Amino acid sequence: MLHIFCPYCGEHREEAEFRPKGQAHIARPLSPEQCSDEEWADYLFFRDNPRGIHHELWVHATGCRKFFNVTRHTVSYEILETYKMGEKPKVTAESLAKGGRS
Amino acid sequence: MSKVAVFNQCPGSEVRAESPLAHLASIKGGSSLVVTEHAFLGHLILRGQADNESLKAAVQSVIGVELPLQPLTLALNETTGASVQWLSPDEWLLILPAGQEYDVEQNLRQQISGHFSIVNVGGGQTLLRLTGSKVFDLLSKSCVYDVHERNFPVGKGVSTTFAKATAIIRRPNEQEWELVIRRSFSDYCYRWIADAGREFDLTFTV
Ligand SMILES: [Zn+2]
Repeated sequence: MLHIFCPYCGEHREEAEFRPKGQAHIARPLSPEQCSDEEWADYLFFRDNPRGIHHELWVHATGCRKFFNVTRHTVSYEILETYKMGEKPKVTAESLAKGGRS
Repeated sequence: MSKVAVFNQCPGSEVRAESPLAHLASIKGGSSLVVTEHAFLGHLILRGQADNESLKAAVQSVIGVELPLQPLTLALNETTGASVQWLSPDEWLLILPAGQEYDVEQNLRQQISGHFSIVNVGGGQTLLRLTGSKVFDLLSKSCVYDVHERNFPVGKGVSTTFAKATAIIRRPNEQEWELVIRRSFSDYCYRWIADAGREFDLTFTV
């Protein structure tokens, strides 16, 4: 069981209260009608599948029902941080490569 | 002042109302675990921006308590029995004495300006009050949330899972715990409590 810190409720809760919603920080194309089929399909269907740091969207489904972001290591499952919508991650693959915490 | 059409959802005493537990029987037991349904209270969901001054002022003047902005907290009006609970940064649950929800909604709508919503959810959920020395034991065997005193002081309220069903657990005072359960899960929650409470000589009044 993961113990996840909800940045809105301000405390750790059991994984059962949350639902994962896939990759975070996917920007919707500003003018969809200008997109090629490939660009639109890329936005709709294609997701990263990294070995290591992954920024994900989760929702506190039975709690405050807010969406927020999680930085999780896909090998160790360790959650390195959670942060609110609209915020940027502090822990990234680049920041770890530069000698941040593992 | 909002222009939303609001109608009174309380049918009055001439129409027979049934609680979500109306088809279930009360259970006679001891006093170490007493669960009592408080049906037909007024449940309103208030949504709006926490920095909306008119919203804070309206809650203060209509309900008589300060709008709780601290996560997972509960504000009680000891005189009227009304309560306001933080559910989310922009969402609060108001539980009012039976029959007041229409007037309270109207008064709030008159005083709040800007972007907000009020929804009467009284038909969708019901409130159980739990008292007795074994409440902690019942709750800790029924939910994953830590209900120990050090994590769950008086005045706290959380939306979590109870027996895997979404429920709100609140602690309005030292003696009582409250469970707000969904209508669609109320039969299931009743049967769960009846089973889990058997070892504590449960009394359940519906
Ligand atoms: Zn939350």
